[in-house]
Amino acid sequence: MRIVRDIAAHPTGRVGAAIILLYLLLALCGALGLTPHDPLQQFRIDRLQAPSATYWMGTDLFGRDTASRLMIGIGHSFIIAFASVGLATLFGTLIGLLAGWWGGLADGLFMRAMDVLLAFPAILLALLIIAVTGPGTFTSIAAIAIVYTPIFARVVRGPTLSLKRRDFVDAARTFGSSQRYILSRHLLLNLVAPLTVQVTLALAWALLTEAGLSFLGLGTQPPAPSLGLMMSEARNLMQQAPWLLVFPGLTIMLGILGFNLCGDALRDILDPRTQRRTA
Amino acid sequence: MSPLLSVRDLTVAFGKDASEPVVRGVSFELNPGETLAIVGESGSGKSVTALSINRLVDFGGGRIVGGSMRLTRPDGAVLELSQAEERTLVDIRGREIGMIFQEPMTSLNPVHTVGAQIEEAFRLHRGLVGQAARQAAREALDRVRIADAEQRLRYYPHQLSGGMRQRVMIAMALAGNPRLLIADEPTTALDVTVQAQIMALLAELRAETGMAMIFITHDIGLVAGIADHVLVMQNGVAVEQGRLDAVLDAPQHDYTQHLLNAVPHFSGGRAVRADGARAEGGERPMVAVKDLVVRFPVGRGLFARNAGAVHAVEGVDFDLVQGETLAIVGESGSGKSTTARAILGLVEATRGTVDAASGQGGRPIQMVFQDPFASLNPRLDVESLLAEPAIAAGRRIDAALRERMGFLLEKVGLPANCLVRYPHQFSGGQRQRLCIARALMLNPDVVVLDEAVSALDVSVQAKVLDLLIDLQREFGLAYLFISHDMAVVERIAHRVAVMYAGQIVEIGGAGAVLSRPRHSYTRRLIAAVPGMDRRRQRYDVDTTPVPSLVRPRGYEPPQADWIEAGPDHLVRMETA
Repeated sequence: MRIVRDIAAHPTGRVGAAIILLYLLLALCGALGLTPHDPLQQFRIDRLQAPSATYWMGTDLFGRDTASRLMIGIGHSFIIAFASVGLATLFGTLIGLLAGWWGGLADGLFMRAMDVLLAFPAILLALLIIAVTGPGTFTSIAAIAIVYTPIFARVVRGPTLSLKRRDFVDAARTFGSSQRYILSRHLLLNLVAPLTVQVTLALAWALLTEAGLSFLGLGTQPPAPSLGLMMSEARNLMQQAPWLLVFPGLTIMLGILGFNLCGDALRDILDPRTQRRTA
Repeated sequence: MSPLLSVRDLTVAFGKDASEPVVRGVSFELNPGETLAIVGESGSGKSVTALSINRLVDFGGGRIVGGSMRLTRPDGAVLELSQAEERTLVDIRGREIGMIFQEPMTSLNPVHTVGAQIEEAFRLHRGLVGQAARQAAREALDRVRIADAEQRLRYYPHQLSGGMRQRVMIAMALAGNPRLLIADEPTTALDVTVQAQIMALLAELRAETGMAMIFITHDIGLVAGIADHVLVMQNGVAVEQGRLDAVLDAPQHDYTQHLLNAVPHFSGGRAVRADGARAEGGERPMVAVKDLVVRFPVGRGLFARNAGAVHAVEGVDFDLVQGETLAIVGESGSGKSTTARAILGLVEATRGTVDAASGQGGRPIQMVFQDPFASLNPRLDVESLLAEPAIAAGRRIDAALRERMGFLLEKVGLPANCLVRYPHQFSGGQRQRLCIARALMLNPDVVVLDEAVSALDVSVQAKVLDLLIDLQREFGLAYLFISHDMAVVERIAHRVAVMYAGQIVEIGGAGAVLSRPRHSYTRRLIAAVPGMDRRRQRYDVDTTPVPSLVRPRGYEPPQADWIEAGPDHLVRMETA
């Protein structure tokens, strides 16, 4: 595929893609049980060990291996991020597309509803949803999906408004093309580029939001490992065992950096001005 | 007397690669007070040549890689423009070399009044501030024949028409009293009568100020009335140059001859088509449009009742028989495109009927749009694009459909193997051929061509027109040809309808309407068309404004009275 080649050729996109691929590999190993130690097993004698040859990133208060827990945590975070962004993309695109296409009252109602959602800070809205439904993985996914749906609705509505006035849509009407054909072939197909960029960037935010929710104890529940939860537990031990805070923090930061670099690269690659030259 | 500007072997390249310059070895001299026309099609390097003179080309990534451009300054010193420092050039631009651009909307800043922008020009070039600048701005608007200068100064660009905006641009360009004015396609975006006004204005201003002009255009007919010298460019090379009369009367280069002969030039109805004359009374029309009315409500709000409506199309009647082209001509806002869109059902008609023969594909009327870049979805390949009308009619892409695609692609002069290519891989002319092939997929009876060749380069335009005429003969198509370009209309039309302010004011055989126009608007329109054989003609500045089309609620226009001016030639009676 050309897009893969283009990212590989992009100077920073290459770095971002490498980070994401590395994370995916680590998460896969974690899921297959290929961790250095059992992430849940408590090695009571080895509590609060500094990084060493046995425990690459040290151990926590209960003597659990940080590196192994991180691998599982990455997988967990990724599942939540991908699932929630996937749902947000689906619903946001649908709402934005129909609002832009129908216009008028439907547009007003849909977009005002989105504005209400958008008015809350992401974490606060997620807190509200979790407060109602109770914490857990599925609640996290639903909460993050709802938080990011308005962003996709907006990203899609703008181009839809301009696309539906383009001549090729008028031409399609003169052929008698069905509404479904026009929406899928003429509108959605032209929305793929802006959506791809937005999805990548949203993954970075979703990663951060998930970590934030877990940090507050509202996401993944112990003893399951999660990046935010690990930081939360390490907070009180900052003086004695700084590695407990540093490694999850670095993991989150690098992951976000990876997605952002990919997003920026995609933006460059899919920009119509640069596209014309490569095409 | 030394020339004002002497250009020798100008070579300009873009990007890092200097081996493929876009302008190669152009030379010319320009004396004070003279006008040079640089004529060429898009990509010929004509604009790059002009932008090199005031070095604006530097900002677009261009580099002058060879040659010299010597400008004689007011004190007699000679400045080498190609080597000049940016600091010197800032003084030259505006003060010694003024410039006006094609698109007057984008060259004016939308958030400032035109008064503020003209005053700015006077502050920069003459150091005038406050009351003095305001006074100068007022005089500048008077100078470009804008009435009510005092009020107009307070207008924002969007409140002015295209012609007015271009006048404002000219006023700004003249603020520094330049000795050389570069005009880059200054009338291309304007209506033909407005174009005539701007050309007349430029000619008068040149006579008043004695400035020299470089006039860049794709339309050799347009400069026939104003230029002293002509330089014809093709692919970055000056293929021919000389005095106006010499170039127009005895062109030496093939390309110049091609521009003069192959390209449509208006000749007052003498070059209309001789084929396809309407049979006496007999034929059943393919399309009959009766009393078509399109109105757009204005002032619509939640509680406010409609204050009135824009009467975009008002009581339009015509019919179209097999194999015939009816051209609808008129200026922007005359309702000609709205008429076309109403016939296709893209806008809802307020009243009136469009009767079409049922046709073979169920959709007997198809349309080709103006902009071939906008009317093809950039993300679909040619096969999907061509298949769309058939898919809409409930068919699938099968061997028979592919065969039809190949057949039509061959008919419009495109290779059959281009089915897997995407629109961006085609030139403008090829894309328009694709659009034509797509419109023909379902064997329509009537094709509505809405300014279908207006966005194309002149020589491409000629080829697409020939193609349309061939297809018409072969398939017996009827064309409804919407255009503002009288030269093109003269080539393709059997009959002509002239629209003005939403109504047809004159309709009849092309020869009769174009050579013996009866309605005052038709006369004005035809008089405004620039032409090779009219180069001695003096343009008069005609500033009759188009009447407002916004009418109060419930307004019905009076019944039209028609005068028969000859066989198949009707003229709307004018109310004095």
